Amino acid sequence: MIIFEYLADLFGAIPAAFISGILPIAFVVPYALFAVYWERKVSAHMQDRLGPMRTGWHGYLQTIADILKLIQKEDIVATAVDKPLFNLAPILVFAGSYAAFAAIPFSSAYIGANVDLGMLYIIAVSGLVVAGILMAGWASNNKYSLIGAVRSAAQIVSYEIPTVIVILTLFSIVGTLNLYELSEIQSSNIFNWMIFGGNVIGWKKIVLIPLMFAAFIIIYLTTLAEVNRTPFDIPEAESELVAGYHTEYSGMKFAMFFLAEYANMFAVSAIVATLFLGGYHSPFGYLGNLLGISWLVPVEQFFWFTFKGLGFVTVQMWLRWTLPRLRVDQLMTVCWKYLIPLSFVIFLLVSLLMVL
Amino acid sequence: MKQYISNIYSALITVFIGMKITFKHLFTPAVTIQYPDVRVALPGRVRNRLYVNMDDCIGCDQCARACPVSCIAIETVKSLPGEDLGKTSNGKKKALWVTKFDIDIAKCCYCQLCVFPCPTECIYMTDVYEFSEFEREKLVYSFTTLSKNEAIEKKQNFEKFEAEKAAQKAAPKPPAPETPSTNPQ
Repeated sequence: MIIFEYLADLFGAIPAAFISGILPIAFVVPYALFAVYWERKVSAHMQDRLGPMRTGWHGYLQTIADILKLIQKEDIVATAVDKPLFNLAPILVFAGSYAAFAAIPFSSAYIGANVDLGMLYIIAVSGLVVAGILMAGWASNNKYSLIGAVRSAAQIVSYEIPTVIVILTLFSIVGTLNLYELSEIQSSNIFNWMIFGGNVIGWKKIVLIPLMFAAFIIIYLTTLAEVNRTPFDIPEAESELVAGYHTEYSGMKFAMFFLAEYANMFAVSAIVATLFLGGYHSPFGYLGNLLGISWLVPVEQFFWFTFKGLGFVTVQMWLRWTLPRLRVDQLMTVCWKYLIPLSFVIFLLVSLLMVL
Repeated sequence: MKQYISNIYSALITVFIGMKITFKHLFTPAVTIQYPDVRVALPGRVRNRLYVNMDDCIGCDQCARACPVSCIAIETVKSLPGEDLGKTSNGKKKALWVTKFDIDIAKCCYCQLCVFPCPTECIYMTDVYEFSEFEREKLVYSFTTLSKNEAIEKKQNFEKFEAEKAAQKAAPKPPAPETPSTNPQ
């Protein structure tokens, strides 16, 4: 039973929608605090450093100290900025990345909005992030911010194409864009995960597996580009553009961008996990089913979901400290000459296979 | 087409090779030294903050003269015949009150040239290297064991003694004025 339905029985539909809508915040904020710390630790150890060590045991209070510092900081608004847009941009960016959480199933008991076009909705609202970034870059009235914002827009617009084609490929196999249903299709067995061809059976599954692996790599790369992470981080290239579109931001507005970036990282990782790696499903079956405790199953599912999501976030960090930044032309080459044709080929092959 | 496929292959392979390298580094021990808690052992002959052992100082002024940046300032006053200033550790008799022994460590260039001329080896470099201050005046270290009042007293005693000596000499002869014998640097 989904939490929303349970709450709707208790309080009525509208309060239930509010409570159920606020729940992801209770996940995203602690997650962001942890992810910032985790990123600093992972990056430090990959460079043979130690990272934060002095705030608490192995620096585990570091992000809380950072947040306290950011709250105390003066909120600088330069005189030449376009004030309404400048103030709206961080809110819009965070709203865009938070809205994506609405259609992501965290476990079989929780999905913000069980809409049939969930995946399409996520792609649509993540367009809001681009609008926010462009707004921030334009309103800052700063050449670096503007270049960063324009690069970001170009990048996200280009990389959305292969993402959507890969999602279309999945759609041609399972016939649903509802992430909850998609997760349920991948239940009960690790070989039902979409990366192993989903619920298709027979010789078609064997042909599907390599195609699905390729599709998985493509969607991982494109989502990486959509959240502006290295090696696709030209919008905020530190060595060229100071900090890209958030150069002019300080204090809590900067923290909003930061929070949005980390929320976005988890959102895309969760989407990749839901599309290809079984969503919230455990690869081994559930302890709750074994012991006959029915409420334990959604908790376990939540654990597996965050485990997969954080795993992909960790791989994003890992890639960040492995690969150098791509040049703008290389970035466009990767997208238009390699990812889009390849994703089209996969889409055509998979569609043919499903028609046969 | 062949080029196209080999490009894809090499891109993927090099990414995985790079990831393997960074993964290895994830588990190599960090080279960081947790500085205030853990310190690197200093080499045996490091030159850091100067220290003067005033028990052994005879006020010979050789270190001040050797200093290329004039960071040592010494003033001495001769002792009176009756006073016993004690001996240095290597048996030399001390004959001068050292009323001022200031080292401006902010000027010091850590050349160690003051250490070698010292006849009693009382000035030397220690291994202390953490002595930053918020005010530059605090970097002028005063090593003298005499307090300000004591230094003035010693000076006055000596002037009195000189004056008495001059008066004794002046009795048969006309008096010759004499300035107090200090040794300003």
